[in-house]
This record gives sequence, C-alpha cells and structure tokens, in this order.
Amino acid sequence: MTFDSSLLQSLLFQSVNGFASASGLFLVAAGLSIIFGVTRIVNMAHGSFYMLGLYGAVTLAPRLGAVLGPDLGYWAAVACAALGVAVLGALVEVVLLRRIYGAPELYQLLATFALLLVISDAVLWLWGPEDILGPRAPGLSGAVELLGRNLPRYDVFLALAGPAVLAGLHLLLARSRFGRLIRAATQDREMVAALGINEALLFTAVFALGAGIAGLGGALQMAREPANLAIDLSVLGDAFVVVVVGGMGSIRGAYVAAVLVAQVKALCIALGTVEIGALAFNLSRLTLVAEFLIMALVLVVRPHGLFGRPQAAIPHRGTSEAPLRPLGRPARLALLAGLALLALLPLAEGTFPYAPVLALDMLIAVLFAASLHFIMGPGGMDSFGHAAYFGLGAYGAALAATALGAPTPVALLAGIGVAAAGAVLFGWFCVRLEGVYLAMLTLAFAQIVWSVAFQWEEVTGGSNGLFGVWPDWPFDSRAGLYLAALVLVALALLAIRRMVFAPFGLALRACRDSSLRAEALGIPVARVRWLAFALAGTMCGAAGGLYAFAKGSISPEAISVSRSIDGLVMVLLGGVESLAGPVLGATTLTFLKDNVMRETDYWRALLGALILAVVLVAPGGIAGALRRLRFRAGRAP
Amino acid sequence: MSVLEVEGLAKAYGGVQALGGVSFTVGAGELLALIGPNGAGKSTCFNIVDGQIRPDRGTVRLAGREVTGLPPRRMARLGVGRTFQIAAVFDSLTVLENVQAALIAARRQTFALWRPAATIAREEAQHLLEQTGMADHAGRPASELAYGDVKRLELAMAIASEPLLLLMDEPTAGMAPAERLALIELVKRLTRSRGLAVLFTEHSMDVVFGHADRVVVLAGGQIVASGDVDAIRADPQVRALYLGTGRAAGGRA
Amino acid sequence: MSAPMLEVEGLDAWYGAARILFDLSFEVRRGEAVALIGPNGAGKSTTLKALMGLVRRRARRLVFDGVDIADLPTYRIARLGIGYVPEDRRIFTDLTVAENLDIAARPGAAGGHGPAWSREALFDLFPNLARMQDRRGGAMSGGEQQMLSLARALVSAPQLLVLDEPSEGVAPIIVEQMIDTIGALKASGLSILLSEQNYAVCNSICDRAYVIGQGELRWSGPMASLDEARNHDSASPLD
Repeated sequence: MTFDSSLLQSLLFQSVNGFASASGLFLVAAGLSIIFGVTRIVNMAHGSFYMLGLYGAVTLAPRLGAVLGPDLGYWAAVACAALGVAVLGALVEVVLLRRIYGAPELYQLLATFALLLVISDAVLWLWGPEDILGPRAPGLSGAVELLGRNLPRYDVFLALAGPAVLAGLHLLLARSRFGRLIRAATQDREMVAALGINEALLFTAVFALGAGIAGLGGALQMAREPANLAIDLSVLGDAFVVVVVGGMGSIRGAYVAAVLVAQVKALCIALGTVEIGALAFNLSRLTLVAEFLIMALVLVVRPHGLFGRPQAAIPHRGTSEAPLRPLGRPARLALLAGLALLALLPLAEGTFPYAPVLALDMLIAVLFAASLHFIMGPGGMDSFGHAAYFGLGAYGAALAATALGAPTPVALLAGIGVAAAGAVLFGWFCVRLEGVYLAMLTLAFAQIVWSVAFQWEEVTGGSNGLFGVWPDWPFDSRAGLYLAALVLVALALLAIRRMVFAPFGLALRACRDSSLRAEALGIPVARVRWLAFALAGTMCGAAGGLYAFAKGSISPEAISVSRSIDGLVMVLLGGVESLAGPVLGATTLTFLKDNVMRETDYWRALLGALILAVVLVAPGGIAGALRRLRFRAGRAP
Repeated sequence: MSVLEVEGLAKAYGGVQALGGVSFTVGAGELLALIGPNGAGKSTCFNIVDGQIRPDRGTVRLAGREVTGLPPRRMARLGVGRTFQIAAVFDSLTVLENVQAALIAARRQTFALWRPAATIAREEAQHLLEQTGMADHAGRPASELAYGDVKRLELAMAIASEPLLLLMDEPTAGMAPAERLALIELVKRLTRSRGLAVLFTEHSMDVVFGHADRVVVLAGGQIVASGDVDAIRADPQVRALYLGTGRAAGGRA
Repeated sequence: MSAPMLEVEGLDAWYGAARILFDLSFEVRRGEAVALIGPNGAGKSTTLKALMGLVRRRARRLVFDGVDIADLPTYRIARLGIGYVPEDRRIFTDLTVAENLDIAARPGAAGGHGPAWSREALFDLFPNLARMQDRRGGAMSGGEQQMLSLARALVSAPQLLVLDEPSEGVAPIIVEQMIDTIGALKASGLSILLSEQNYAVCNSICDRAYVIGQGELRWSGPMASLDEARNHDSASPLD
C-alpha cells in the first residue's frame, strides 16, 4: 500500500465520520452510565430508547415541517422526540423499575430486556417492518470543503454535538444541586433519602434524563441513517462495548471510548483492503473484530475500563442458596426410568410423527440451558452471551461437515472443539469481572461472534448461513439423531452433576459465595471460574453442533442475542437454585415456543410478557414453586 | 528464627504516605497486636503482609523466605491463614463443607472433577470443628449461623491448612462482650498448642491488654511504641495519641 | 417531664424474610438523651433503621412530634426533623466536605423544625471540618468522617438526633471528643437517641436506657440504675 494524498484525504473524511458516529454512541452510553450509577440497573432497553428517538423524529419531522417550515420543523422534531422518549422513560421507571430495584441483578437485566422485546414489537406494530428515511437536515445539508474533500456539514455538526453534550453533562453533575444529588445517590441512595431527599422522584428524573439523552442521540441520526427495527440491539451492543472500555459510571470514559471505537472502525473502512505480502485483508469488513480487539486490549490492561474503578463487591444474590444435597435412591431410580422411557420415544413416531422432532429440540435446549446454569447457578456468573458458544459449536460442526466432508461424529467433535477454544479465549476476560460487567462483556463477545458469522461471507455464508448440514448414517433418521442426542445430553447432565458435587464444584460454589475467603484459602479463584466457563462453553458447543445437524442449516439468526436470552429465561423459568431447573425450564419454553409463539408475528412481546411474569410473580421459577409445594406438603399434618 | 519478619515497609497513596518504614517480627506461639488510631496504617500494613497490596519499599519474610508482593492465594499456600473484619465464609455450603473446602484447597485437590467432595477430609474437618466448638453445627447451612459462630467457623477454616502465621483483622469486631473474650481465648489456646504466630489488629482494648503477648502501636504510618502490654499502657505518647484518659475505654456495655 | 417527642409501641421489623424486632416499645422525651444498649445483632441498628423507614416494619404506634410516621417514606420522616447518623458513617466519599453538607441543606424547603445551624455555628463545633471543606469525604480519617456525618445530620435542622454506634471502630481518644460534642448538643436542647455498645459513652451522655437482646426489650430505666445493676448484680440485665 502506498501512502498518497488520496489515502490521507480518505482518512480525514472517515475520521470526521468517526467523530460523528462517536457522538451517537456516546449519547447512548452516557445515558446508560448515569442510569446505572444511580439505580444500579443496566438498562437493556436503552438501545430501544435510541430507536424510539429515531422513529419519533422521522415521523414528526415532515408533520411539524408542514406547520413550522422545514427548518424549524426538523429541529422541533428532534426536540420533541427526545422529550417524548424522556417522558416514556419516566413512565417506565414508575411502572416497571420501581418494582425491581430490590431484585437480584439478573432479574433487573431480564426485566429491562423484556422491555426491549415489547418496545421492539410495539415499533413493528406502529411503524411496520420497512425502513423509514428521514429528511435532510436543513441548513446543514451541504458540505464543507477541506483538503480538496467534501465533508458533509451534518457530520461536522454531529462531531461537535458529542463534546457539547459531554460538557453540558459535566457542568450539570459538578455544579448543580441535581448533579450533586446524582453523585451522592450513585454512592448511597438510602442515605440520600435519610437526609430528606425524595429519592423516588430523583430516580425518575435520572431515568428520564438518561432515556432523553439516548432519544436525542437517535433523533439526531435521522439525517444519516434510516429508522429500522434492528438498531435497538446493534446500538445496545455498541454501547456495552463503549461502557466496558470507558469504565462504568464515567461520563468522560464513555466519550473517550466512543471516540476510540468509532475511530478504529472508521480507520478500518478508510484503509479498505490492505496487502501484507501475498495476503490481502479487507479491513472494512472487519470493523466488529476491530471493536473486539480494542475491548480485549483495554480489559487486559485495565479490567474496569479506561476510567472505571473497581465496584464495591455486591453479594451475588440477596439471600444465599440452601446447600445442595445429592439425590436419594428413589429419585435416581425415577430418573433412570424416565431415561428409558425417553429412549423408547421413537417407537411412538407412527402415532405422533412430530414427537421425536420436538423431543430433539427439547434435548438441545436442555443441554444449552444446563450448560448455562452450570456457570450461573454454582458459578454465580450470569452470562448474557451463551449463544456465542452455541454458535461456535454449530458453525464449527457445519463447516467441518460441509466444507471438509467430515463424518458426523468427527464434525460434531470439531464443533465442540471450536466452542471450547472460544470459551477458553473469551472466558479468560470474562471471569475477571463480576455482576453486570460480566453480563455486558459476555453479551459483547456474543455480538462479536454473531457479527463474524454475519460479515465473513466467504466462510460462514453471511446472512444466509450454511445449508445442507445433514448427518450421515446412522444419524440420518429422526430416531438415529434423537437417540444419539439423548445419550450425549444424558452424559453431559451426569457430568455436570458429578462436577457440582466434586471438589471442583465445591470450590466453584465457594468462589461464588466469597471470592475473598476463597483466595485466602489458596483457591485460585480466576482459574476455577475460567475452567467452569470453558467447560460450560464446551458443552454448549455440543448443543450447537446437534442443532446444526437437527435443522440441516445454521444462520446468524439462530445465534443472536435472543438465543442467549432464551437460555436465561429457561434457567429462570425452571429455577436457578436447582439443578433440575434448567431441564424443566428448557422443555417448558421449547414447548411454548413451538405451540404458542409460532402462531403470532408478535412473539417477542409474548416472550417479554413471559419474562416479566417470571421476574415479577414467580422469581423462584418452576423448581422453586415445586419446592414450596413439597415444603408445604411436608409440613401438613 | 521469627515466623514473620517485616522490614522497612513503606507505601504511599497518591502522595500521601500511609506507611513510612515499619519493621517488626512475630515469633511462633506469639500473639502480636497491632493497634493505633484510624488511618494509622494498620490496614495497609496488614494487607501488605497478606499479599493484597504490594509495598513501595520493604520486605516481608515468612520463616526466612522472602514473600513480598506475592498474591493472597500464594501466601495461603506458603502458610498464612487469615480472618477478616467482617467474617467471610461460604454461605451456601454447610458448616462441614466449609471446612472441607478449606482442607481440599490446602491439599490442592480443587481441580478434581469426578469424586464426590463429601467423602474427602471428613474426619479432619470434623476434628477442626470440635477444636473450635462448632461440631454441633456441622450439618447446618453457614447462612443460618449466629455471627459469633460464623467467626469461629472462619477460624476453623483459617487454621485448616496448618498455617505458620495467622492474620486476624479485628477478630472480635461485632461480637458481644462475653463472646469477644471467649474467641480470643480460643485463639490463644490454638496458638499455644499449634505453635502458631498470630498478628492481629483490634479496637477493643480489653482484648488487647488481656491477651496480647506484645503490642505494636502505629500512628501516622510510623511505629510510635512497641513492647509488652504494661509498657504500652503506661507509655505517655501512646496515651496522648490513641488511648486517651481511659474514660471511654471503660469496657463494653 | 414534657410529652414524648418520639413514641414507639409494638415495633416489629424484618430483614428480607428474617424477623429482627419483636414488639419493641420505647419513647424519647423532648430534650432527653436515651440509649439503646445491647450486644451486636441484638437489633439496635435495625430499630433505628425501622424508625427511619429503611427496613420493612410494622408498629401499633409510631409517632414523631405528633405525626404518625408508620406509613411515611424515609425522606418525609427525615424532613419532620430527625437527623440520622448511621453506623459506618456513610459519608459520600466522592463529594467534598462542603458538598456533603449541601446535600442535607434543602434550599427553599422548611427545615426540620429544630434549631437551624449556620455554617459558622457548625464549624465552631467542628473546627476540623472548617479547615477541610474542599477535601473529598473518602480522603478523611474515620474520626473525621464521624464528625462530618454528625455535622451533616445537623444541617437539616433536626429536633432529634439518631446516632448509630458512633464509637464503633474509632480510636478511644476520638471517642472522648465525641462524648464532649454530643454532650454539648444535648445541653443545647437537642433530643438524642443513641445506639451503643460502649457503656462509658452511654453513661456520659444519656438519661435513660433501654436494653435490647435478640430483638426484644430486656430492661429499661434511668441510666443510673443500670449502673447499679451492673455493679451489684452479677446476673445483670446485659448477660
């Protein structure tokens, strides 16, 4: 590659573009950060507020433009959209969040994710599935000429808007009473109330502020990108990367990180194809991988982000679990009998042709959920990105089967190997963090795996995915694959149970309860958690490989965030405190999805409602409810 | 030879000298109390010995071997046991499992994946619970214990690895007066019978003056006095900096 | 003696599912200093938190200054004129000393019906704080933080000061200073409710005492007779 003036111009052009994108990212991340600081809730629906701001603005601009003229109409639409989202944020805080401030972190994350699902379907219902283009920004539609290149005026404006909001927020926090209250409440909200401050009102105001800033970020983008249904998740993933890189709770950090991430992306696009020796890399297709590399690099050097501070240790759950007890003899015999019955299921294929198909789906879901539960329950690590290892397993197996023509068992093993490698690599970063930081990082990693599957068309088939992944003999019949899966899943569940009760499992539960005490006893906490993470990822990879063979294909859609969330819902629906929980939850959710949710276009809203029901009504899940029943029965005279 | 030798420890935070060259030793079977006003550098000193903080200058020697700056889990393996100001045990395990977990860690069997942990080190764990008076609670979840019992469980776990040195950060904080003295007496018995060296910080003066063998007084990151309890009690500088006239130290209600 | 300023009758309180307080009754009269005495875990802190509405509680009667506070949120209780100095001080460590004090001063709102404290009066009482107004709360020593926590409570112009174990984790010499300060506040007419394990502190400040054990009231009476009970009775109410 030669360093000529056209490259320099391209770099400059892209860097202005980068600053403009950074402003959008910053607005979302800053709102996320402020809300987290005061309420301790990571708002998974924050990307949705951005999306609503954008939809609101593109809808309002022409209408207000007709009344006020295009100039004023444009800016009035931006302001109204931001304000509208702020009001909606206040409403959400009053109606939903106030009920979950005392709940465990995981439930808070899931409840706000349910909100994301509901908003997503509400937008689909209100605006339809088509992208909507916004108007050009009046007065800023031209270009500024710099070094012989035309820079879009609006990009320059946006590039300046970010620092302006940063300065405004900084002044607000440092100088105003509202800002002092925010900083005080960030540290100790109870004490703020005990000093006579109405903290409920303060929380509502903070949530509205954060939502409004995100809405503003979305509305300002209307001249640059069309409103579409996918941006809630993509913006959320980017915002998580920014917050993790910048450090949770640091507004300054959010800006620096947003610039860093956006600039590296812009640089990749500006450089385009780079040749090193005989190899050619198309960097513009690797923007998401670049994002990952920045995040990984920062986390190696500063585990809590560039400007972050280690958070005070928050106990894993409000109340600790009851000690796990091994199963008694009757329960073991019942399990064996159940297993034998399941093995006989293919005989029923004549009467219920669909039964083995549904049962195979359930088995895959059980393995997926049980592997997640291993790190969530005994490990205390709430992963929001378990789909990554499912995806690695599925793509690994599919590639080995199609591109290399490997026999089915070998291909499955290859998939498991890929998932294991991924879990070892990502796990090294993840296990060093706790709580919401861990949740965000796992989600960011999963987004990266998804993006690679989506962007690396030559290998992964891009958005279409890989086809013709059919198993060979003897797994090519429904019964054959089902029985193989049954054996594999049963073995995996047995292994998980043994491990939980083995010294390793004891150490894992110990690290969850008190990492301070574990370290003081000489237990290498990070290594214990790392191994657990890697084992869970490996088993999850097996589930992914089975999935690819069961469906005959694998596409990015099957490994998106919603799969990670499905896993969490399964574990919680079943009950996180019991090893039976994920099994119950996985079968229930698979059944529901198969029979209820496929009947409607608005399945996201339905899933959201289900999540909210679990979080608000039955936090112990099915297993918890059963335990309570048994407890009552035991108490009865 | 001393079990613990600390020499010239210094640590500054953002220009503020928290610890400015502190040296002392603790011998086998000895209880050394580290006292001083808040901000005197007790915690810093303690956390350096325990491996949580790396000093700017100075060395920490354990049984003659230099261990400065090693992380807590390495310290644990070299023979340092520790209890915390707010006792830390594993709430979701039973009392017996808590001690078993400590013994399994000491035997480096943490990464065994198959064999049930319940069968490992059962008798030793039971024995430790007997020594600390916790045998009756063996099957109970640790989360249900009264705070005094949590402290005793923590002690059982801290000595499970048969350490050379026991570090106790305010061992009697948050306990009732009768419990306080019982706990420190238990520590003293274990110290004598096992030849343990104990370094502890404490705000409760009846505990310090009733049971410590020697006392080191820190103020402003420097040692202002050290010696046996009578000498410390009589030291005018210590009275001025820390103890006061004694009217507030008239025992705990 | 004047009418009670704080009346508590049949107070129960919970932490999560665990019940901590059982049918506790006590009162504080105007201008009086009252001690809650008992070992750790007895429920002293929970009593004070229950008073402030910081834990789930229920009471037959919970009246402060003639107002039923049983169903009021924490901030409304504080505004009636209760200055809360919590266990562990709970200073806002990221805020400066001046900012910590500002939080409690609500501009435009009526004070807590008690005597107003000007900054000058406050700094007369705590000369140390005057010198370190721009210092971050986190950069202060434990004793200094304790003073700031007390000063912060005074800014809201309380009628009743609620102090949770001010002597815990503080050097004896600082405890002595604190006894003098709290004594001076009492002399100025403030009512005081003090939870303590340090008997000497209670004895120097308080008129009456309630002894709590395992969430129940075990003994109550004038401070002097508790003193006698300790000296002459081996089966003292504390054991």
